Amino acid sequence: MIAFSILGAILVASAVWTISARKPVYSVVALLVNFATLAVFYVTLSAEFLAVIQIIVYSGAILVLFVFVIALLSSGVAPFSAGPNRLPMIWLPAGIVVLSALVFVIHAIAAAPAPPAPAASPGGPVGAPGVFGSVADFGKALFTVHILPFEVTALILMVAVIGVITLTSEHIPSAASRKSEAQVDREMREAILRGGER
Amino acid sequence: MPWWLEVLIKSAILLFVVVTSFAYAMLVERKVLGWMQLRPGPNRVGPWGLMQPAADAAKLMLKEDLTPKTADPLIYKLAPFISLLTAFSVYAVIPFGASSTGATWAIGNVNAGILLILAIASIGVYGISLGGWASGSKYPLLGSVRSTAQMISYELAMALSFVGVLILAGTTSLDGIVNAQLRWWFVVPQFFGFLIYVITAVAETNRAPFDLVEAETELVAGFHTEYSGLRFGLFFIAEYVNMLTVSCIAALLFFGGWNAPFGLTMVPGVVWFILKVCCFMFFYIWLRATLPRLRYDRLMAFGWKVLLPVAVLNLIVTAIVVAYHG
Repeated sequence: MIAFSILGAILVASAVWTISARKPVYSVVALLVNFATLAVFYVTLSAEFLAVIQIIVYSGAILVLFVFVIALLSSGVAPFSAGPNRLPMIWLPAGIVVLSALVFVIHAIAAAPAPPAPAASPGGPVGAPGVFGSVADFGKALFTVHILPFEVTALILMVAVIGVITLTSEHIPSAASRKSEAQVDREMREAILRGGER
Repeated sequence: MPWWLEVLIKSAILLFVVVTSFAYAMLVERKVLGWMQLRPGPNRVGPWGLMQPAADAAKLMLKEDLTPKTADPLIYKLAPFISLLTAFSVYAVIPFGASSTGATWAIGNVNAGILLILAIASIGVYGISLGGWASGSKYPLLGSVRSTAQMISYELAMALSFVGVLILAGTTSLDGIVNAQLRWWFVVPQFFGFLIYVITAVAETNRAPFDLVEAETELVAGFHTEYSGLRFGLFFIAEYVNMLTVSCIAALLFFGGWNAPFGLTMVPGVVWFILKVCCFMFFYIWLRATLPRLRYDRLMAFGWKVLLPVAVLNLIVTAIVVAYHG
């Protein structure tokens, strides 16, 4: 419970920092802290595989692309300045709505009958085979019970990849008209030689 | 002994061992590079140049710590620490010897060990990319953009080369992977996986011939151009510790870890492990002395058009063979 409170505090603080930071790179660093804390959360819930995948996929792949784009596009750009407050006092009704929703959910959970304890309760060290959340269990569940959602997700990602290629290929000359690598090499070498004469 | 005391003692010993081996790996690299280029290498400080690492450390510590005016101070100071932290934290799960009941060589014997190493290594790129961005000048920025692209591309092939080993071993725990290699080392059935791993490991540690990130002929010193003194030292330590890490992983995944070759079991497993790691370190130094740097577009084309398809093919073939014979 103590660990939960500390982690929760870090999680919320880093989330707030992510959206309130004036420089995009600070947002990325805050989001990195956020993802790492979330991974630790998963470990405390004995979901070892999920924790590791969280770091590999979100911190290691997606967020790195954010850094890549920011480094490419925003170097030398001034940090965001505080613009005119276009939604005055919107925080008051929004806060009330969110707070009442939270209270409602927590009340509903507290009022609901306690769920039956899982048959094979997570005993033993986190991640041991056979224990809830281990790599072996996760893989087995993914490829047997949940195979359809898994494959559908893969298909959706495939569609996205093909879509990106189709959308951007307009500006790329088609493979047939593109210069061969050897030709590029030759032209580069000639250019270097010409550079010496200039 | 309470568990936290054990972890603390192990961490302290490990930190000492890793930092010392970094210092002497650097000396060995300079010596070997020297001999390969027909010159003596460092030989002034102490007998046979053995105190050279101490002299280097003193020099780095006494140098002025500069921060460029255009730099982003917070990120600029944070970046070397991210690099160093990720480089060291991998060692929490690397086992150096066979674990018996109640005593393990690794600080934590994690069941998803190899995945955890991948996860920590994937965070390592932030040190370089953020450091290059925060320096606020053009060469570090170019270096960091290159490094991000290079590391993302090669990480994929590297992870795929691990999967072949994981299929054969049937586990993701490093202990389990080493124990699965009692009969034969995985370098035999996974030779292509091993080749892919060695190539991607050089690219992941940004060493020659894949050191486009700090190519001195075009980018001055790449991402750490603006860093000086101890902050540069931290990046430097991280690079060598990463080199040590990839050597450890190669020994664990493909060369049987602490398993003795040819039945020579009278030598303790730790010694075998260290010997294997040393061979790999030498191999990387040898590569650096031998091969010229690749051109950047060739590097990316090679990663995506050669390494990745070969890695996927290797994975498919391994999976089919294991499915029919395993």
